[in-house]
Amino acid sequence: MSTQTRRSIMLTAAAASLAFAATGAAAEPVNLGVSIPAATHSFMGGINYWANQAKKDLEAKHKDLKITIRTAANATEQANQLQDLSTVNKINALVVFPFESAALTRPVANVKAKGAYVTVVDRGLTDTSAQDAYVAGDNTAFGRIPAEYIVKTLGGKGNVVALRGIPTTLDTERMDAFNAVLKVHPDVKLLDAKFANWNRDDAYKVTQDFLTRFKEIDAFWAADDDMAFGAMRAIEQAGRKDIKVIFGGAGAKDMVKLIIDAKDPRIQANVSYSPKFIYDAVKLTAEARLKGEKLPATTIIPSVLIDKANAKDFYFPDSPF
Amino acid sequence: MSQPEPAGGIAADLRRPTGTPWAERLASVGPIVGLVLLCLVGAALNGDFATLDNALNVLTRTAFIGIIAVGMCFVIILGGIDLSVGSMAALIAGCVIMFINWAAGSGVSPLIAVAAGAGLAVLLGAVFGLAHGVLIAKGKIEPFIVTLGTLGIYRAYLTYFADGGALTLQNNLADLYAPAYYGSVLGVPIPVVAFLVVALIGAAILNKTAYGRHVQAIGSNETVARYAAVDVEGVKILTYMLLGVCVGIATLFYVPRLASASPTTGLLWELEAIAAVIVGGAALKGGQGSIIGTVVGAILLSVISNILNLTSLISVYLNAAVQGFVIIIVAFLQKGRR
Repeated sequence: MSTQTRRSIMLTAAAASLAFAATGAAAEPVNLGVSIPAATHSFMGGINYWANQAKKDLEAKHKDLKITIRTAANATEQANQLQDLSTVNKINALVVFPFESAALTRPVANVKAKGAYVTVVDRGLTDTSAQDAYVAGDNTAFGRIPAEYIVKTLGGKGNVVALRGIPTTLDTERMDAFNAVLKVHPDVKLLDAKFANWNRDDAYKVTQDFLTRFKEIDAFWAADDDMAFGAMRAIEQAGRKDIKVIFGGAGAKDMVKLIIDAKDPRIQANVSYSPKFIYDAVKLTAEARLKGEKLPATTIIPSVLIDKANAKDFYFPDSPF
Repeated sequence: MSQPEPAGGIAADLRRPTGTPWAERLASVGPIVGLVLLCLVGAALNGDFATLDNALNVLTRTAFIGIIAVGMCFVIILGGIDLSVGSMAALIAGCVIMFINWAAGSGVSPLIAVAAGAGLAVLLGAVFGLAHGVLIAKGKIEPFIVTLGTLGIYRAYLTYFADGGALTLQNNLADLYAPAYYGSVLGVPIPVVAFLVVALIGAAILNKTAYGRHVQAIGSNETVARYAAVDVEGVKILTYMLLGVCVGIATLFYVPRLASASPTTGLLWELEAIAAVIVGGAALKGGQGSIIGTVVGAILLSVISNILNLTSLISVYLNAAVQGFVIIIVAFLQKGRR
């Protein structure tokens, strides 16, 4: 590839961006740092996978983009890495998934003070002036979509039980959204909701007890696919035929595969809350910065219904999640 | 742990049997009384509690913790502790799954692959237990530290092998292995049978063999045991191995249940197993404890969460508090021992 073609492409791009956004600064090479927690459980495994995937795809696509990924085992290590990214790697853009909000606010603010553009993912900082943009998943839709699907599939009448995660604000947001839908459909009754800690084994036990306790259950909502797997095993073992819907959440690859294969009539839908949002965050930040543009202050990556029609777009066999 | 005044130890030993008899008797039946009361409460709250299906569900899910608790009972009577059993179970489960997938993939007949995988579980448990025993007995490191270290090591390796996700048995192999958990003998689920057999063998070893008496002697007073020509180091190594084998057996029945292992597998099993042993009447400082008590303790712990799941009287946020209250009350019932 000749320098001339490249320069002309750049010129065109620069002209286009000038025409597009008169306020945007002139485009310059983007040196983007990505700071994420290490893969200690499946969801973080997914975050790591998608961050690396973003690096591969985007660096191939944009010649003026360099992405450096750092994974940290704890908040202190992450703070040190942020310092290194800023002083050693000289990044001018940062995508950070903070371990903890409070502990990392100052280190992130320091990176921003040195002139880098900062996008924060999933966990917001305690001082929002330390960030330029915030990208997160949609927990309300995570609870609303399964409720709407269950109401629709049951024809507005039936019994539901729910498996919740670990008592956290995130879990409460999901449960509240689920309940809000059921409130307008009083004929769909939530028999009970118990915590199963986003854990297959706990979900198995709680499901067994739900099956003992309730003789007529039409739908199971397990607010996470790991729990849905535990619930499925317990339902199979009990040989119960009354359950018409099992709805998980987050779109784990094995669950999406079940939807594609359409083997189980009870599992025909899921809701996305994919660790892929780190991919989106890196992509949005990189592409905006290459054009010298800014991101909106807050971007919510929508959680959408996954069903047979679009399941293929959510199936990533190489991801660990 | 090893006091330099053996005379005091002997005197204390001689004094123990002369404790108030009624308190002794209450102490030994304390956990059973607790379990019976709990079952009555359960039956009163939900008619489905006292069904055979529910009882078998509870016993089957108790089997893992129960089998581990039998081994833990020996270690605690010895005056030791093992914090790593949950992580160890997770790592063994992961290794077994990888091994079976690999063996079946390289042309071995699936049935042999599964059987060898089950054997591997017990072997790995024994090896891990041996490592603990040697580090504790020969290396003279506190068991708390050794097993706290391995707790982190085992789980980290599992996470590494699983790439942060889950290790899953291939479908046809999972179906082949499933009867080990879901099958039953004369209507009794196989894990329950295994639990019973392990408990019976454990009780026989603890009460009827020289080794069992040595374990109790070391836990009562290590120095006295040493003077009495007990091979303290050998017994310690063997005891940690025995617990490792129990973890291996529990895992071999755990794998077919969900056919997967993830970094959250076996989380906090160590505390459940230790709680079962202590609720069952053992002293954390060593020297006393019983297998029957341990079995009852393990069942009691599962019954609490079973009852909580079968009712919605109490806010779900308070479930853990109820467990805490019941554990303390049962411990109070058997306080005559102290």
